[in-house]
Amino acid sequence: MKSKKITATNSLQKATKRWGFLFMGPVLIAFIIGFVWPFIQGIWLSMCQFRLISDAKFIGFGNYVKTFQDASFRHAFWYTAMFAIVSLVIINVLAFIVAYILTLEIKGSNLYRTVFFMPNLIGGIVLGYIWSMIFDGILGRYQTSILLESKYGFWGLIILMCWQQIGYMMIIYVAGLQNVPGDILEAARIDGATSMQTLFKVTIPNVMSSFTICMFLTLTNGFKLFDQNLALTGGQPFIIQPGGTTVKTTEMLALNIYNTFYSSNTTSQGVAQAKAVVFFILVAGLGLLQLSYTRKREVQQ
Amino acid sequence: MKKKIVSTMLCAAMITTMLAGCGGSDNGGAAQTPAADDSAAEAPAGDDSAAAPAAGGGSVYWLNFKPESDEVLQEVAADYTAKTGVEVKVVTAASGTYSTTLLSEMDKSAPPTLFVIGNQAGVKDWKDYALDLNGTAIANELNTDAYNLYDETGKLVSIGYCYECYGIIVNPDLIEKAGHTMDEIKNFDGLKAVAEDIHARAGELGFDAFSSSDMDDSSSWRFTGHMANLEYYYEQEGTNWTECPPTISGKYLDNFKNLYDLCINNSLTDPKELATGGHDAENEFKTGQAAFFVNGSWEYEAVKADVPNATMIPYYCGVAGEEKAGLNCGTENCWAINSKASAEDQQATMDFMVWCVTDPDASRKLVDTFGVMPYKSAAESTNGFLAAADKYTSDGCYVMNWATNFQPNVDSYRATLVSALNQYNADQSDANWETVRTAFVDGWAAEYNAVNN
Repeated sequence: MKSKKITATNSLQKATKRWGFLFMGPVLIAFIIGFVWPFIQGIWLSMCQFRLISDAKFIGFGNYVKTFQDASFRHAFWYTAMFAIVSLVIINVLAFIVAYILTLEIKGSNLYRTVFFMPNLIGGIVLGYIWSMIFDGILGRYQTSILLESKYGFWGLIILMCWQQIGYMMIIYVAGLQNVPGDILEAARIDGATSMQTLFKVTIPNVMSSFTICMFLTLTNGFKLFDQNLALTGGQPFIIQPGGTTVKTTEMLALNIYNTFYSSNTTSQGVAQAKAVVFFILVAGLGLLQLSYTRKREVQQ
Repeated sequence: MKKKIVSTMLCAAMITTMLAGCGGSDNGGAAQTPAADDSAAEAPAGDDSAAAPAAGGGSVYWLNFKPESDEVLQEVAADYTAKTGVEVKVVTAASGTYSTTLLSEMDKSAPPTLFVIGNQAGVKDWKDYALDLNGTAIANELNTDAYNLYDETGKLVSIGYCYECYGIIVNPDLIEKAGHTMDEIKNFDGLKAVAEDIHARAGELGFDAFSSSDMDDSSSWRFTGHMANLEYYYEQEGTNWTECPPTISGKYLDNFKNLYDLCINNSLTDPKELATGGHDAENEFKTGQAAFFVNGSWEYEAVKADVPNATMIPYYCGVAGEEKAGLNCGTENCWAINSKASAEDQQATMDFMVWCVTDPDASRKLVDTFGVMPYKSAAESTNGFLAAADKYTSDGCYVMNWATNFQPNVDSYRATLVSALNQYNADQSDANWETVRTAFVDGWAAEYNAVNN
């Protein structure tokens, strides 16, 4: 009986090795069509001048030069960076607090978890428009609007993102908190640790892997934010400089790329593509940096 | 070791998934057109590489520009297929996304055979993709050359299939209810007197002068696109622009301000509440809450049931001699045939177009949604606003052409103007109006430079 089982497992492993590619295939093909190929094409197009991508003309690194000369891109970068950091901190702190409270065996905590998670299921564009009405319903009383002050736009977007993402991050933290071994907590209690000590010396180190994931998600989400930005303020208000050029004060990187791409300048598509490549390197770099940093703080059980 | 490789791959896969958004959205159709791309790489300058697959006998793919007409167009397309067996696909770009949709659709393996090139900027961008329509069957059906677009070599790039007019829609019944007559409104002073009187007595009358002039995307074009036209029109000083001027002077901006101020300050809605919109101006007009509504001839279908006497008056703004002003007539609805489509598809498209403007039933349906079609055999217009435009013209008034179509980098220019107007609406100070002036005048030059350098 036992030996049979072993041979069955062995032949299963062999079969898996032999036929694995068959099962990998579709995913691999989809991955190549959906990600790898467009990505390579994107890099190629960033060095071209084009209107239709089937009709591109190679021009070298001119697009990158224009990208770095573009003041609006630099403004969008700093604005986005600030947004990403602020939202990362606020979302993670609040999500952890909520998760911590909801794992304290409060009555109806399952209901709370569901309710907190729900905003995450709504699309970004819809949220943006709904929140713009909510904010203006309030700001209207003070004779102003979210479109009139950059700081309202900034904090409005933070509130929106918190509302949407805290529930999602909370679920990840809840899962992490539930996995903290009871015996360690018990040992801490027996050793006379206060609840604060337990939290900071036992619980948090044990959920560091959740922090890694959540911080990665919030950081990259913050950088890539597009729908909500477009729908909530669309870059308004603009600072209209003498000479007629504008700075779109609440325009983030992704929206900046989008606006560049669809402007009617014949060279702008290539510039937008170059911006997108720079954007990718930036987000990937920051994401990996953050990953390696928090990874070091994880503990193995 | 293996575990490490697997986890690295997983990591890479995850990161790519997360970041797919940044590259992916920019080249939506990329994955589907590897073939077209290869051929372009071999012959980078070649324009003739992306041909649509020839369907037996040809088919029509119309990329429609007017969301409000979508339903009728689908119906007409189905009729044509039922009659002739030729497949007609109509795809409608969502409001305000026509140019982005066109850009991505043209890159697909079966691009639109019939699309819209609506203005000189469009001609510049798309002339290489448009068939020369000079002397073609459809061109011979036209009854006027006024709405056609040519490129600099005289190629007929696109031809008007309908035209429109805009101005101020008025409910004459409400004007009379307020104790005035339409005859009092012959210039800006007349309009101002009537509007201010109605606004002052709004509580007692139960209706106000102007409907809301929201500044959100669904409404702001009525001001940044249409009303702005009065400035450009008068600035042309009688010689119509044929291409986008690098700069404008803003000489008549004060006239724009006259009418704009009248609009926002004698309205149902406090100007401070216009920024994010949420008011339904059309509904306010239809339900008799407002006597004036800044919009165009396409609104006739929507308001005629509730306001059967609705008519349209010109943008009176205090320019000398404006008693002789007419409505703003023009079009951005011009058909172009894709020159890269197969000969069969081009022929099928041409046949379909001719059928649209000659078949009594089809042209009836189309004229009812478009307003009017400038073709010899097309059905008569039943649009009251276009009739008003006609009346002004036959009374010897000047037609205000759509100089607004020359706005450079139009989306960006208008967005800047909206931002400036938002500040002004919230606080109607001189300083804020100067910002509007900067956006309006200097913004034109800045956008022109951005596009042409």
